[in-house]
Amino acid sequence: MTVVRRPIGAFVGAAFAAAVLISGAFSLARPTPAVAQEPIKIGELNSYKAIPAFLDPYRKGWQLALEEINAEGGVLGRKLEVISRDDGGNPGDAVRTADELVAREGVSVLAGTFLSHVGLAVTEYAGKRKVFFLAAEPLTDKITWQNGNRYTYRLRPSTYMQVAMLMPAAIAAKKQRWAIVYPNYEYGQSAASWFKEMLKKAQPDVEFVGEQAPPLGKIDAGAVVQAIADTKPDAIFNVLFGPDLAKLVREGETRGAFENRTVVSLLGGEPEYLDPLGKEAPAGWIVNGYPWKKISTPEHTAFLNAYQKRWNDHPRLGSIVGYNTMKSLAAGIEKAGSTDPEKLADAFAGLEVKGPFGTYHYRASDHQSTMGAYVGTVALDGDDPTMADFHYVDGATVLPSDDEVKKMRPAE
Amino acid sequence: MSLDAFLFQALNGLGAASGLFLVAAGLSLIFGVTRIVNMAHGSFYMLGAYLAWTFATGLGGAFGWWGGILLAAAGVAALGVLVELTLLRRIYKAPELFQLLATFALLLVINDATLWLWGPEDLLAPRAPGLDGAVDILGRKFPSYDLFLIAVGPLVLSAAHLTLTRTRFGRLVRAATQDREMVGALGVNQSLLFTAVFAAGAFLAGLGGALQIAREPAALSMDLGVLADAFVVVVVGGMGSIPGAWLAAVLIAEVKALCIGLGVVHVGDVAINASRFTLVAEFLVMAVVLIVRPYGLLGRAPAIVRAVAEAETPLRPASPWLRAAGAVVLVALALLPLLASSPYTLVLGVDVLIAVLFAASLQFIMGPGGLHSFGHAAYFGLGAYAAALAVAKLGAPMGVALVLAPVASGLGAVLFGWFCVRLSGVYLAMLTLAFAQIVWSVVYQWEELTGGSNGVFGIWPAPPFDSRAGFYWLVLALVTAGVLFLRMVMHAPFGYALRACRDSPLRAEAVGIDVRRVQWAAFAIAGTVCGVAGGLFAFAKGSISPETISIGRSIDGLVMVLLGGIGSPTGPLLGASLYTLLQDSVARWTDYWRALLGAIVLVLVLVFPGGLSGIAARVRDLVRGPLRGLLPRRGAP
Amino acid sequence: MSMLEVKTLEAWYGAAQVLFGLDLTVGPGEVLALMGRNGAGKSTTLKAVMGLVERRGSVRFLGREVSRLAPFRIARLGLGFVPEDRRIFSDLTVMENLDIGRQPPRSFPDGRPAPAWTPEKLFALFPNLAGMRDRRGGATSGGEQQMLTLARTLMGNPLMVLLDEPSEGVAPVIVEEMARTIVALKREGISVVLSEQNIHFAALVADRAVVLEKGEVRWRGSMATLLADAEAQRAFLAV
Repeated sequence: MTVVRRPIGAFVGAAFAAAVLISGAFSLARPTPAVAQEPIKIGELNSYKAIPAFLDPYRKGWQLALEEINAEGGVLGRKLEVISRDDGGNPGDAVRTADELVAREGVSVLAGTFLSHVGLAVTEYAGKRKVFFLAAEPLTDKITWQNGNRYTYRLRPSTYMQVAMLMPAAIAAKKQRWAIVYPNYEYGQSAASWFKEMLKKAQPDVEFVGEQAPPLGKIDAGAVVQAIADTKPDAIFNVLFGPDLAKLVREGETRGAFENRTVVSLLGGEPEYLDPLGKEAPAGWIVNGYPWKKISTPEHTAFLNAYQKRWNDHPRLGSIVGYNTMKSLAAGIEKAGSTDPEKLADAFAGLEVKGPFGTYHYRASDHQSTMGAYVGTVALDGDDPTMADFHYVDGATVLPSDDEVKKMRPAE
Repeated sequence: MSLDAFLFQALNGLGAASGLFLVAAGLSLIFGVTRIVNMAHGSFYMLGAYLAWTFATGLGGAFGWWGGILLAAAGVAALGVLVELTLLRRIYKAPELFQLLATFALLLVINDATLWLWGPEDLLAPRAPGLDGAVDILGRKFPSYDLFLIAVGPLVLSAAHLTLTRTRFGRLVRAATQDREMVGALGVNQSLLFTAVFAAGAFLAGLGGALQIAREPAALSMDLGVLADAFVVVVVGGMGSIPGAWLAAVLIAEVKALCIGLGVVHVGDVAINASRFTLVAEFLVMAVVLIVRPYGLLGRAPAIVRAVAEAETPLRPASPWLRAAGAVVLVALALLPLLASSPYTLVLGVDVLIAVLFAASLQFIMGPGGLHSFGHAAYFGLGAYAAALAVAKLGAPMGVALVLAPVASGLGAVLFGWFCVRLSGVYLAMLTLAFAQIVWSVVYQWEELTGGSNGVFGIWPAPPFDSRAGFYWLVLALVTAGVLFLRMVMHAPFGYALRACRDSPLRAEAVGIDVRRVQWAAFAIAGTVCGVAGGLFAFAKGSISPETISIGRSIDGLVMVLLGGIGSPTGPLLGASLYTLLQDSVARWTDYWRALLGAIVLVLVLVFPGGLSGIAARVRDLVRGPLRGLLPRRGAP
Repeated sequence: MSMLEVKTLEAWYGAAQVLFGLDLTVGPGEVLALMGRNGAGKSTTLKAVMGLVERRGSVRFLGREVSRLAPFRIARLGLGFVPEDRRIFSDLTVMENLDIGRQPPRSFPDGRPAPAWTPEKLFALFPNLAGMRDRRGGATSGGEQQMLTLARTLMGNPLMVLLDEPSEGVAPVIVEEMARTIVALKREGISVVLSEQNIHFAALVADRAVVLEKGEVRWRGSMATLLADAEAQRAFLAV
């Protein structure tokens, strides 16, 4: 009886596979879209499932911007249409997703990504396939420097910029012995090495007494906090975020590891990472982030009101990034007068965009936007964590000069 | 590190070990009795934390917190019962490991359900009432809650030990761990026993997760985060040994605490940051333990493990029908670039074909070889990196890179296989996982060579393969050759010997087959072929990252093979195609695509227990005898 | 009324059919020997009755159709099974092994109480086991394991016992003890079906014999007739 079982199974299987592939081939066939007055299609991809805490607000941000843009008549007389995809949280799926958006959905530009390695893979794809790509959130310096290309621009301040923003406060603290803790992947490693390099330059006698690199998302916080405290530092530079940060803060406070120590924490003021700490938020830490409740510039107030009205929730930093991403694309397409990648790549060079944080532009030299962030200290507003004594640091003030970055970028 | 600091770190390690022990003890119990590799165990742990957070913040106060811990664990146990009754009970008779597929689908569904119920933000619970401070030990502050945790481990261990030795339930569990069928023949209701064991295991996992809320926020990443660790602890301790699990949890937590405590170590002029090794510490420990003690620290060589699943049906050479069908499919695939109007079809086709070769090489080692590999991504990654580095660092042409890919992965398989074939069953599977994780961590850490977590860039196909169609044809040709080669090997004398080793190692030895050597060669073949898939992947994407070697990719391979049907060489072709196409589609249909993917897999699991390649037999059953067709399949007739 | 009534029983191992339409009946207190060469289907018959292999056909125990019941339900009706390869729980002690088999006392269909076994009564029956209550099952000898397996099944107070190859691979002294036990069980009113290759052993205990070949019944009759039928023995049993 089984004599016939496998072959029949195999046959049915093979036929099934063929049917799937072939039907796929035909169903994928679509009529070529007519050009005139059709909406401009924007392909957006991000790791929505892998990083929901940051990307949920991000999505709300770009959706708000999209609605505003289309309510005002769209761009070049055409509406914007966003086709959003989950990139699967890994480079392999992300490149396929990018290809799908370009080849099947016929999008004119790509935007999005959060994780550095995913962002870099899509950057590589954009350079090879000559597709315009606005990297919204990945922080790695390589997107704009070592691995940069003509078609890729980046919105959010890079790792280098984030570290540089905090540097004046770190130098002003005048601490001799520093310990560093960072997640063990490129973002953490690169932040730690920039920090050491910049601080050493400003304060040559600084000593780095301890370095902890726990795996991302899997910190043994008790042991790490203890190891840091045992090196008896005067100050700590922290690059951890998310659940790792919450664990570090709780263990550190219970064990008194932060007492009488200056702590500088990268991105520590972003609501995504500050809000979950609640009233345990570590008051006094020097951080960069986004004190949404306390920014009173007219641009931000308008954004805040619109956002709260639309979503009945407060914005996070992801909301700002999402909002600015969409507004940047609209401005870039408007300036280019087209969605042609060559024209877009040219138009983004020096493009000025107004956002909730004020006006910023995309540098022609390294394609990095000059959008900045707020630097201040963590404080409690009742039971809600926020920032105090903060000021806005314009990204342009912390970026290396055009000549310096040109040396880092590959020749075009 | 001073002696004080050293002792203090040891104490930290003990605190960390408890949570790990609880979740591993539950896993060990479940695996021991039901033989289910429960991928959803991490989900139980995560749900324990979320539920405990809800009780702690919702009910509030000391009762809400402490009572909430127990309520959360009980809630998770109830979910475990539900899962066992409605899902697992239907598929106990399916081929070995098939249940892994069902629990993997559950993992996806539970993660999305948690996102839906609790939202994306991390949820930090209040500190434990009464134990929110610290005590002075060795001139340092130690959290009092950690002292409590240190006590919980041995307490639960003793309770479990007493239950297992002093109660009838415990004796039944131990007996069933050894021989479930005999327990049933003696009048014990196995179903009830399985349900109870599953509930107990889920309870322990839920308790482990719930107890963590004093130390960390409930987060959506907890499920996968703890899963691999728990498996490692179970295997290092010895399957089914609860004291072993505790010992292993302590050992691994202590090794990690030591790495962290050492911090930056200077060896001559070289500064080594020992804390980075925590990334791979548990897998190194597992590899060493398994090489020295093949059944874990306190495990014993299993007496004959009696599988409930049917024996593998013999493989037959392809019938004329199959050959004809294969030829038709191949022609259709070859014509695809001419038929498809969207270039994306070819992009997807390339991904499907690469997945097919990846899964086929895994099925070769798992089906005919009977050697379950949980770390097949190692060979995929070695192939991908060999090709990528050849291009990026040596400037090698694509042809050379595609030759180096299988060479590198084959060498890796030869090295790892030598150790792996000395083990069997789940121990072997976990050793393959350990090697994969070690490869992963080397690639991840060796920034200068591999680009670290970001990976290698700029690996694009050379002309004439730089068009989508050209590359597609290249992939189709190589994948077809690979699949046919594996098929040929299966039907060659070597293939017979391999299956003889799987079915009866003793008898195979007796007729003069060197079992280890044959299995070792099978490892090498599977690894080599898998490397081709990895090399093609690098050129398909233009860049690669350590994700190509991740646990996730190994699991994807397992899912594809099991979905297709582990016993049939056609299975992986079906499973890989379907799974890749599904993954590609569901993300477009809904935001909750993981839940949808999980639900689809669950339906497939229930409808085709045995994999898609069993579809024909199932149809025939239904036609021939309505009653027999409705019964859970136990094989022929 | 017969205790066990089997009609047109078929059974499979995976893809291979092993039994082809078997009929059997066993009366109260009767000992039936299933005889035949290696591979004739003796063990499979017992397993098929117990529900341990894929099967089709009718199996009535105490008048009740059990062919669709799970093995544990069949065991709970009072049908005990002693596997040929012993399958004791080697990690459990002798006492613990006995405990696994424990079931409540029960009565014969006519209302007579069936023997209710306790570990003490079993130790009286198998004195060798008495001295090793706390020894791990895996640390006992083959003969001791054989006795332990039977004792473990008796803890379920069965009305009928399926005994698979009780004389296989154990010392003559154990064989004798097994024979004595079977006779003792029969005296208590318990029916026994044993699969056996050894005609001398069967002759000691069995009332009737059924001879199988290639999964079919080739001969049936009283044990005495079989002993007298040299031709049948040569045709179906001689090696």
